[in-house]
Amino acid sequence: MAETSVAGGYAAGESRKLNLKGLGSALAPWTLPIALLLLWEIASQTGLVNARLMPAPTKIAATFWRLLLDGSLFFHTLASTQRAVIGLVIGGGLGFVAGVLTGLWKPAETLLDSTLQMVRNIPHLALIPLVILWFGIDETAKIFLVSIGVFFPIYINTFYGVRTIDPQLVEMASVYGLDRKALVQRIILPGALPSILVGLRYALGFMWLTLIVAETISATSGIGYMTMNAREFLQTDVVLLGIIVYALLGKLADVATRAIEKRVLVWHPAYQVKPGSIK
Amino acid sequence: MSAADFYVPESAGGLPISLSRVEKSFGALNVLGNFNLDIPAGQFLAVVGRSGGGKSTLMRLVAGLDAADSGRVGIGGRQVERLHPSVRLLFQEARLVPWQRVIENVGIARGPNWQETARRTLADVGLEGRENDWPSVLSGGQRQRVALARALVSEPQILLLDEPFGALDALTRIEMHRLLERIWAARGFTTVLITHDVAEAVALADRVVVLREGAIALDIEIDLDRPRQELADPRAVDLQRRILDAV
Repeated sequence: MAETSVAGGYAAGESRKLNLKGLGSALAPWTLPIALLLLWEIASQTGLVNARLMPAPTKIAATFWRLLLDGSLFFHTLASTQRAVIGLVIGGGLGFVAGVLTGLWKPAETLLDSTLQMVRNIPHLALIPLVILWFGIDETAKIFLVSIGVFFPIYINTFYGVRTIDPQLVEMASVYGLDRKALVQRIILPGALPSILVGLRYALGFMWLTLIVAETISATSGIGYMTMNAREFLQTDVVLLGIIVYALLGKLADVATRAIEKRVLVWHPAYQVKPGSIK
Repeated sequence: MSAADFYVPESAGGLPISLSRVEKSFGALNVLGNFNLDIPAGQFLAVVGRSGGGKSTLMRLVAGLDAADSGRVGIGGRQVERLHPSVRLLFQEARLVPWQRVIENVGIARGPNWQETARRTLADVGLEGRENDWPSVLSGGQRQRVALARALVSEPQILLLDEPFGALDALTRIEMHRLLERIWAARGFTTVLITHDVAEAVALADRVVVLREGAIALDIEIDLDRPRQELADPRAVDLQRRILDAV
């Protein structure tokens, strides 16, 4: 999946160089993925690859349609998305608060930062056995793992963003009479925002990763459960469909963050579409 | 544009500044030693000197950004202990907040009616209609105009300028000089301009002080007519030579 999209990207660059017009250039990035899909289909149909291990794209499309109609695809996707969002809100929220606190207030940094840096180096998936013992295999365990997964990228980038605010701006703010609250609101938080958003994008990656693993280990719903269940019955088509759904959800999260960036970083030269009205 | 075209606040006027027996060292380096300087209310003073001569230290002491080791820094008869609300500082860089629009930068302290005040002040510095631009689209001169407007909205009685025009091209610098001179003439705040441009000092100031190794090497009145032309007035050239000799 990842390889085809990368190859597609190169194809797009090529087509721009060749300056193909209209429909041709619009379709050019898709030629390689489509060619690969065709090859895959032919290989699968002709028995070049084992159709049980690698079902044809048409088979997967049919499965997609079947699971869409019986509602199970929607059910599992919704279950996964819910866990992802709840975990992101809890872990990301805590990471943001901790990052701002340690960034602004030296005692908080002394108290928290070295501990958090130590904990950060534990792969959070290593906690799975412990988490199952603590919370059993219900929702709490998965949300807990996702929260931990998203906490650190957001914490670290928020802390970094707050700390790297231009000291000249902070000095200006104090000369111009801004109090502490106004300083945080108007200078520090908006200035840290680009960094916080980088943290968010990393966090979204960790969010899906954690969820996939957590759901394949213990769950009764979710995309991870769906694929693990399908594996038991050698439904390779469902497994592949699950992987594609994860990829699409990941892409969706990325598109959403980019949209947020574009909206909240309008002031940033890199996000300004029209060339500035420089005198 | 005459001085009367500018908005002149009721509180217009300046405060006197006085430094007596001020000492300031950084580690072993004695930047200002037994330093005395009196600046009457409303005077336009230029402080000229080489880098490391104590110009910026003097400015930071008056602004209340740093404290003197000993001696007294007074504004309007009172000792400076912290940042004084009637003192505004223009830095070498404009230091605009990139994520605030021009008008929000000018009204950064968000006082009462800040939008109206900011709009009027932007008009005073010749930036009418640019209120909603982002700082990143402005030229260097325009940025310093915004910074000047930001300093002026709070109707300061002392304006400190730390080489704010040093990075501008020559033509823009002359424009900024004219603008500053007109606004100063209308409002009458006490002005301290730090610069190493002797021509700039003579073009703008009532009085020029040359700082050398933390002491005053020359203290000279500039009694040329205003508004001043930057063209070579023989008296201005003579004054510039005298100042340069002392630097």
